[in-house]
Amino acid sequence: MKLELRGITKRFPGVVANEGVSLVVQPGEIHALLGENGAGKTTLMNVLYGLYQPDEGEIFIDDLPVQFSGPGDAIAAGIGMVHQHFMLVPVFTVTENVMLGVETTLPPFGRLDRPAARRRVVEISERHGLRIDPDAVVDDLPVGVRQRVEIVKTLYRWSDVLILDEPTAVLTPQETDELFEIMHSLEETGTAIVFITHKLNEVLEVADRITVLRRGKVVGTTTPAETSREELAAMMVGRNVQLTVDRPLAKPGDSVLEVRDLVVRDERGHAAVDHLDLTVRAGEILAIAGVQGNGQSELVEAITGLTEPDAGDIRLSGKALAENPREVYRAGVAHVPEDRMEDGLISEFTVADNLVLNSYWRAPFASGMRLDGDAIVENADSLVTEFDIRTPSIFNSVGNLSGGNQQKVIAAREFSRPISLIVAAQPTRGLDVGSIEYIHRRIVAKRDEGAAVLIVSSELDEVVALGDRIAVMFQGRIVDTLTPEEATFERLGLLMGGAHPEDGVQVAAGAAGAAPAPAAGETDG
Amino acid sequence: MPPVPPLRRRPVRLMADTVAPRSSSRVLAALRGVVLPLLALLTAFVVGAFIIVLTDFELLGMWGSDPLAAIGASWSAVASTYGALLGGSIGDPGQLLGALFSLDWEGVRRALGPLSETIISATPLIFTGLSVALAFRVGLFNIGAEGQLYLGSLFAVIAGFAFVGLPWFIHLPIAIAAGFLGGALWGFIPGLLKARTGAHEVIVTIMLNFVAYNLINWALKTDLVQREGRSDPISKIVEPSAVIPPLLSGLRAHWGIVLALLAALAVWWLLFRSTKGFEFRAVGFNPRAARYAGMSISWSTVLSMVTAGGLAGLAGAAVILGGSGTLSPGFSPGYGFDGIVVALVGATKPAGVVAAAFLFGALRAGATPMQAATGTPIDIVVVIQALVIMFMAAPALVRAIYRIRAEQRVGAEGFAKGWGS
Repeated sequence: MKLELRGITKRFPGVVANEGVSLVVQPGEIHALLGENGAGKTTLMNVLYGLYQPDEGEIFIDDLPVQFSGPGDAIAAGIGMVHQHFMLVPVFTVTENVMLGVETTLPPFGRLDRPAARRRVVEISERHGLRIDPDAVVDDLPVGVRQRVEIVKTLYRWSDVLILDEPTAVLTPQETDELFEIMHSLEETGTAIVFITHKLNEVLEVADRITVLRRGKVVGTTTPAETSREELAAMMVGRNVQLTVDRPLAKPGDSVLEVRDLVVRDERGHAAVDHLDLTVRAGEILAIAGVQGNGQSELVEAITGLTEPDAGDIRLSGKALAENPREVYRAGVAHVPEDRMEDGLISEFTVADNLVLNSYWRAPFASGMRLDGDAIVENADSLVTEFDIRTPSIFNSVGNLSGGNQQKVIAAREFSRPISLIVAAQPTRGLDVGSIEYIHRRIVAKRDEGAAVLIVSSELDEVVALGDRIAVMFQGRIVDTLTPEEATFERLGLLMGGAHPEDGVQVAAGAAGAAPAPAAGETDG
Repeated sequence: MPPVPPLRRRPVRLMADTVAPRSSSRVLAALRGVVLPLLALLTAFVVGAFIIVLTDFELLGMWGSDPLAAIGASWSAVASTYGALLGGSIGDPGQLLGALFSLDWEGVRRALGPLSETIISATPLIFTGLSVALAFRVGLFNIGAEGQLYLGSLFAVIAGFAFVGLPWFIHLPIAIAAGFLGGALWGFIPGLLKARTGAHEVIVTIMLNFVAYNLINWALKTDLVQREGRSDPISKIVEPSAVIPPLLSGLRAHWGIVLALLAALAVWWLLFRSTKGFEFRAVGFNPRAARYAGMSISWSTVLSMVTAGGLAGLAGAAVILGGSGTLSPGFSPGYGFDGIVVALVGATKPAGVVAAAFLFGALRAGATPMQAATGTPIDIVVVIQALVIMFMAAPALVRAIYRIRAEQRVGAEGFAKGWGS
């Protein structure tokens, strides 16, 4: 099925989300839709999926004009969408989730025909190598598998065009590779795939054609062979972007953070951090790579005082670090939490209030119990300028800002005071190229001012770009620490998968299969 | 694949994946805040009018014989009912002005009577409404204002009769503070249980209502509290020095309303101008982020429940010390539960709570005169009250009726979680 959008324009009050966007997706093609957050990708796909009516322009399927007044029409026309946030009923089995909404029933009393649905689920998943247990309860499945259930759902509804909205945002590198294999398999059977993303590597790796959107308009369409990361980034952002962080060599000083023999147990008593040692010196960045769910979050929580360690010692410049977030804050530790919206910000609060979220209790923002509104506003005004936070006003709710600007709010709050240690978990997750560049520059600037920096990231690009030393964490331990020169993607990937530093390449296969499982609880909670 | 024919256009709630710029200023936003409640009120009264007509069988009979007369009669029935409601809750301004100009103080007092009744009913509702609203801001559902009110009234009445010979400016504050303390104690228990064990405050506070009610019944039969020579559960009478004086001699409305308004101001300051309020609201919106920022969730929970309980306790103190001066079981017609509604109708804002409490006070005060003057059953007032709550608590309903577009932002928030960008 050939899909064509011709001159789509969609306006919202005060905003033109899409302006004259034209796009052709051929059968058996992976068409990447690349653009920064807010470039209009999602709006365009919502138009295609019948959620919005375009103000101008038309949609053609196999060269015939169609009109969708709701997702039902789009689905009937053979368009399937896998949303970034899954639409699954956790307590249902895979089969039940897949048949939900298109149930077939058996006479005489309309009993659900589960066996038939199950057979089709098995057949679809075998045809495309999806490896799904039709009887598993969705709640028990890791994120990567849930995504496959969503894909099966669309195929079950006979979709010929599959829209994947930021499908890799929630996946581990291994799961991402598996997804790409599935996409290729679908492509071979003639399914057209629209792959929405802002990750350049992925686009170059998997797409047949690439359309770049910027500010609601198509900037250009190209193919991976004709373009490069640099060119795509420039198209997305509208200027040249530095993809590698330009930075002088680290000049490590005294050790700032010392973690000795740390043990942190999760609720089930399992040692999430298992007798871990690490040291971060002033003026250096230690980057911790690892598949999510190998104890990184617990390590960060222990250092920042959110979790009480079960054993071991955490010292900041020789002094034991208190197990209380406020004391840790006072000791000069900045924390960029893993989940912006869950931990870092209160989305209903204004930008100004979020900028004093952990300092509201002290001068100049408070005297006694009284908050000093003027001081808070003044602080916000200067930080918004200094950190280039794009917000209509400092009184806007932080929840209404883009992800990049939200992260800037956190960076502004954490970096704008005297600090000796930065602990940053997934500091650029879900951000667009421009914002990633910005956050990276800020972190390096802090390092050069003499702060010790600990970065936890599951993005290999980031780990390699930032780390002066790169430690790989696996099952609660640091399995090896590499210099940037030693840290090839291949070597890091192996270590992340659990290969022993001295082992050869052959360990990879087994490890890759085992690794994704622990990630499930992580992205869920 | 055949082309899909254009189908009926279905209304879809729209949103931009970028933030829609706020075209409206703060003034407009404030107007919006007033328009919806007013429309809700109007709608409730319109629906109420139909109910008044439909429940009058004499009128219904008339429709068959003489529809024109029936319309006229219906109109006058509705007008006189609502007129009586208004007269019973606010009074007649002309009468008041006339009495003022002729320096007829007795007349002034009589003219102020309905307003005084409204104030009497609104006073405890402001306190309990603030209690529920404050806890709600911290993410806690305080269903226990009724029990806290009872404890507050018990403490206040004991403090009121136990001290003899104190001057009023010492005794009255002590009695009022005792009321706060009693309620605070009853708020502290669910607060502590929630903070320490995670016991859900809804269940604990509901159950503590029963405990409080029956604890009072028991206490009223002990020698300490029970009035001498009585066998029924009724307390001793508070000393005159612990009585809240009336606003004007001869009126039932007392200075408790001023205390209530001051309490609203204090709650506003606490929530929006103090460090504690910053913590309260942060914990209420996002406990995880609050913890990350170094706030203590346990401490906020306990402190807010203690304050909420104290506010409800003040309601009890105000009713007892400003009214009969004595405590008997079941003296509260459900002020604590009405407080939940008042808090929600007032959008958990102190000013909103005050407005909602006055509205409910007026409806309650106007009910009896309405029944007396027109014979409309008092149940109709309850029906109208329920309608007001329904329309106010469900702004979507009012928006749908009057086709007011929801604020773009609301849609964006709701949708953003589903679709991402």
